[in-house]
Amino acid sequence: MAGGVSVELDRLLVQFDEFVAVRDANVRIEPGEFFSFLGPSGCGKTTILRTISGFLEPTSGAVRIDGKDMAFIGPNKRPTALIFQNLALFPLMTVWENIAFALEMKGVGAADRRKHADELLALIALDGQGDKYVHELSGGQKQRVAIARALCAEPSVLLLDEPLSALDLKLRQHMRTELRTIQRRVGLTFIYITHDQGEALTMSDHVAVMREGVIEQIGDGRTIYDDPATAFVASFVGENNALPGRVAEIRDGVALVDTSVGRLRARIATAARDRLRTDAEAIVFIRPEALDLDIAGASAETTIQATVIGEEFEGPNMHLQLRHDGGAELRVSLVNKGRTGTAGIGSSLAAAFDPMKAVALPSGALSAEE
Amino acid sequence: MAKRSWLGGFLDRNGQALGLYILLAVSFWLLFLIILPQLAMIDFSLRHDLPAAQQGGPQDVWTFENYRHFIFGLPGNPDGWNRLDVGVFGRTIVAAAFVTILNLVICYPVAYYLAQVARGRQARVMAVALVVPYWVNEILRAFAFRIIFGATGVINSTLLTLGIIDLPIDFIRADIALYAGLGYAYVLLMVFPLYNAIESLDRNQIEAARDLGAPWWRIHTRIVLPFAKPGITSGCTMVFMLAAGALAAPQILGGPSNLWFTQLIYGQFFESVNWPRGAAYAIILLVACTLLVLLVMRLFKVRLGEIGK
Repeated sequence: MAGGVSVELDRLLVQFDEFVAVRDANVRIEPGEFFSFLGPSGCGKTTILRTISGFLEPTSGAVRIDGKDMAFIGPNKRPTALIFQNLALFPLMTVWENIAFALEMKGVGAADRRKHADELLALIALDGQGDKYVHELSGGQKQRVAIARALCAEPSVLLLDEPLSALDLKLRQHMRTELRTIQRRVGLTFIYITHDQGEALTMSDHVAVMREGVIEQIGDGRTIYDDPATAFVASFVGENNALPGRVAEIRDGVALVDTSVGRLRARIATAARDRLRTDAEAIVFIRPEALDLDIAGASAETTIQATVIGEEFEGPNMHLQLRHDGGAELRVSLVNKGRTGTAGIGSSLAAAFDPMKAVALPSGALSAEE
Repeated sequence: MAKRSWLGGFLDRNGQALGLYILLAVSFWLLFLIILPQLAMIDFSLRHDLPAAQQGGPQDVWTFENYRHFIFGLPGNPDGWNRLDVGVFGRTIVAAAFVTILNLVICYPVAYYLAQVARGRQARVMAVALVVPYWVNEILRAFAFRIIFGATGVINSTLLTLGIIDLPIDFIRADIALYAGLGYAYVLLMVFPLYNAIESLDRNQIEAARDLGAPWWRIHTRIVLPFAKPGITSGCTMVFMLAAGALAAPQILGGPSNLWFTQLIYGQFFESVNWPRGAAYAIILLVACTLLVLLVMRLFKVRLGEIGK
């Protein structure tokens, strides 16, 4: 295997007629890293992938792979291999012919191709299945054949365009682990495109969250989840309760925000430290799991009084739907520790949170999926 | 029983009136327009050419005389075989195959462009541009080709003016006009089956091949052509059958010394007024073309059902 190399996007702009698909993207992906672009459909993540693989030329800016500018180098000449969303396996070829296609294009003889294909079949645990046709394989097996076919081209960078989206939930979770294992074993740079934040967080070393062609934040999974840079990231990645209001006071990186449920205390997101001012519009984000019914030690600024309007018991967790008198609705997730949660629908209760786990961010667009 | 339930199901699905109409129309078409006339032709081909008075008489018996004549010619023929008719037949088959291949070579890039590259308006304009010339009827088109390829036609006068040739080229005698005319006549019959096949190819297949290092021509030989095989077969079959059976174009564009086999058949029917022999020759052409097509399909491993796709 060739080993991973770095990929750099330098002030990348990709435009289709009037429509700007990707605006001013600056990313550095380290060699051997598992990097994800995460965002809703139409956010420009596929455009980025196609630009890296060479199917699109940037309108301005540059793609550099291993430090080399890739301008006007075709997809068949780049050290990248792309795994398509629908896999695009060749239906008229056997599995081994699919896998060895890149070698065939290099003019390698049939015996060597077969040998190499068999090695890769062993890597993806499909030994002895080389003579089957693609339609005879299961969804997960096709997935692995697509990966082997791409690896056979000996790329330095593997590009994956939502390859798991067609699989059912169980298989998808299994393939996440498997992809990560393969990536560690072959040591290549993986660039992964997804709209599924669970996939991005579990597999990636770093994630870039995109919205409408703009990268809103780059960070590891924990940073993206716990310290979002924008209101969009906070609402798109994971579940979040968004409580809009106005900043009353700022002290030591903590803001007091007047919201419809009262004055709330919340830590200001790292990326917003310089931007959030007193009297500015802000949103306080509190994760469902950051809210608890145990209010010992909580102050008025970290407590919300509300009525229970819904309960879902899931097993390990219990989810509550609450409504404040002012109309705001909240979701609370409680870990099942064997106690009964509430006095039932219609009852009134107080939910409290740790102000360091609530995040204050300047007002901005929220995810449409909320 | 199974047949009855199939019929019942068919009538239920389409409604009594429409179902009956379809059944009747298809049966009529099959029986009266295809099977019975062909059977009549076979019957004709197996009879002696007798004057009207003797038809139905004691001499009117079945015979292979007409088929024998195609192979061996008149009794006492010094060659031992029918050099003229078999020769015309062979040349027609070879020429029709040549026209088919020429057509495939010309139409494949057009169909590929139309199916995978052209988008929206461009594709629509192209499709219209392909269809509109066919509003001009076949005879007129053939005469137009005769004029274009004539001794004083556009091609010769251009070449003469440019000084590339000193004397006009006899395109008609060299059968170039005929090949061009036949090729042109069946462009649509080749383009559309090819287009249909290539259009259903997932673009990602092409991009995946490219991403894995395939140069453009390898993408075609390894991905597009194998995928389009049923369409290629379908187009080639139609063009070959129609070219081998063409009459007007060879009449108008053919060289004076080269006959097309259909012209022989026409001659038997309408000049020699020997219908039995004409029928035998027509059946020879039909059977030979069908066998050849089946053989080629077998060579390229295409099943008959795939062509309909």
